[in-house]
Amino acid sequence: MTATQLKPKSTATFRALKCKECGEEYELKAMHVCEYCFGPLEVAYDHNALHRTVTRESIQAGPNSIWRYRPFLPVATDTPIDVGTGMTPLVQANRLARRLGLNKLYIKNDAVNMPTLSFKDRVVSVALTRARELGFSTVSCASTGNLANSTAAIAAHAGLDCCVFIPADLEAGKVMGTLIYSPTVMAVHGNYDQVNRLCSEVANTHGWGFVNINLRPYYSEGSKTLGYEVAEQLGWQLPDHIVAPLASGSLFTKIYKGFREFVDVGLVDDKSVRFSGAQADGCSPIAQAFRDNRDFIAPVKPNTIAKSIAIGNPADGVYAVDIARKTDGTIESVSDAEIIDGIKLLAETEGIFTETAGGTTIAVLKKLVEAGKVDPDETTVVYITGNGLKTQEAVQGYVGEPLTIEPKLDSFEHALERSRTLDRLEWQQVLV
Amino acid sequence: MAVKVLIPTPLQKLTKDQATVECNGGTIAELLESLEENCPGIKGRLCDEEGSLRRFVNFYVNSEDIRFLDGIDTPLNDGDEVSIIPAIAGG
Repeated sequence: MTATQLKPKSTATFRALKCKECGEEYELKAMHVCEYCFGPLEVAYDHNALHRTVTRESIQAGPNSIWRYRPFLPVATDTPIDVGTGMTPLVQANRLARRLGLNKLYIKNDAVNMPTLSFKDRVVSVALTRARELGFSTVSCASTGNLANSTAAIAAHAGLDCCVFIPADLEAGKVMGTLIYSPTVMAVHGNYDQVNRLCSEVANTHGWGFVNINLRPYYSEGSKTLGYEVAEQLGWQLPDHIVAPLASGSLFTKIYKGFREFVDVGLVDDKSVRFSGAQADGCSPIAQAFRDNRDFIAPVKPNTIAKSIAIGNPADGVYAVDIARKTDGTIESVSDAEIIDGIKLLAETEGIFTETAGGTTIAVLKKLVEAGKVDPDETTVVYITGNGLKTQEAVQGYVGEPLTIEPKLDSFEHALERSRTLDRLEWQQVLV
Repeated sequence: MAVKVLIPTPLQKLTKDQATVECNGGTIAELLESLEENCPGIKGRLCDEEGSLRRFVNFYVNSEDIRFLDGIDTPLNDGDEVSIIPAIAGG
């Protein structure tokens, strides 16, 4: 389909693209890089208009999706693509908290975000709504899997053509979860950074809207809703501490921006929130820069099971380091074995099956608690951004097996007795 | 050494809208000088006041990030392909 290009109407609260480095401003086009200093462009809003129009009540009267925060998002239309994205549960994680020795722990559960079970549906809903306004009929992305799922699904819903680029070695669930929507899928022999580089070269050659390249300033704003929702769900207040996974670093910086905007507009009281980030040891360029006290990122070649966050050359890494430092947070990394334990710990204590990125985040939370970097009484929110059913390979061999029995009572009783004995033996081993 | 340089969209105004430019240079540093001769002003975009590459610019020689090679001293051979790519993408 071909959409006509729309100028932002009077209800639009965004006014320009602005370079985060040098402050140069640009028209609201499909572009993501400052022509002068190559810095990233970010959407600038009319904060007076936000102040005038947005209240807690106006938000609560909105749809039960990210679009209740539409004045904070860079789209002009009153009819955005709304596939029920956002407003995912904020779960008070009492059993996990007890296990770790914490008192006020919450999980923001985007493993059940709609429609494709990751936080990416937030950014894609915004990007494709904006893509339509800018007149694109084909959308694309460079993805580690979740983004491809989301772009393909929401493009299907919106009737946009779609071509996605992924590394060729992704988990089967992530590939199937894209193919089912019938986009064109380019499986690139190479890691995500190579896919990303290729897409940067392709981006302006076919007139496509790449959600995380030429549409990136609009797309990334969608992650702010993870900040807004947590503030609203906590009863219009900010938490004390958040822990989130770091891939490009964009999500982390946008949660921060979301909290700050809510403070600026007067929707919540100001408060310092500590920001802590999670990476896998096998791809931890941001954690390394944080540890070494550097203000630049040395790229790495990823080697970890946490493929969804395996970005060796993270675009927003320097900004993530900056936020962790200035909020008195920290950035840690964990091994693949700890990631698997993290996935299992969250599943066994809270009934949430997350993917490797979530396992990384839980494992880092545990590590921070053990290092005394989480106050047991502070309100801590952990962001779980993806669903474990998509990365089953990661835990294959680390979970139990079904007890296969005959359809007979004594077969069942025998198996049950046997499993209880095995349980007891396991307990004994632990106790000894 | 004659090499092909891929120019990103934000710099194509300086290359008369050309997406590729033929240049000479035995290293990336020399290539930058050659680029500046052909397309005045381009070096100021790619490098900061001290002459170091800006932190949001990535250089690749035959698809390898020069930070995994010898950085700005990475040697170039005839027929090499150099890509200049904005760092801000993805994720």
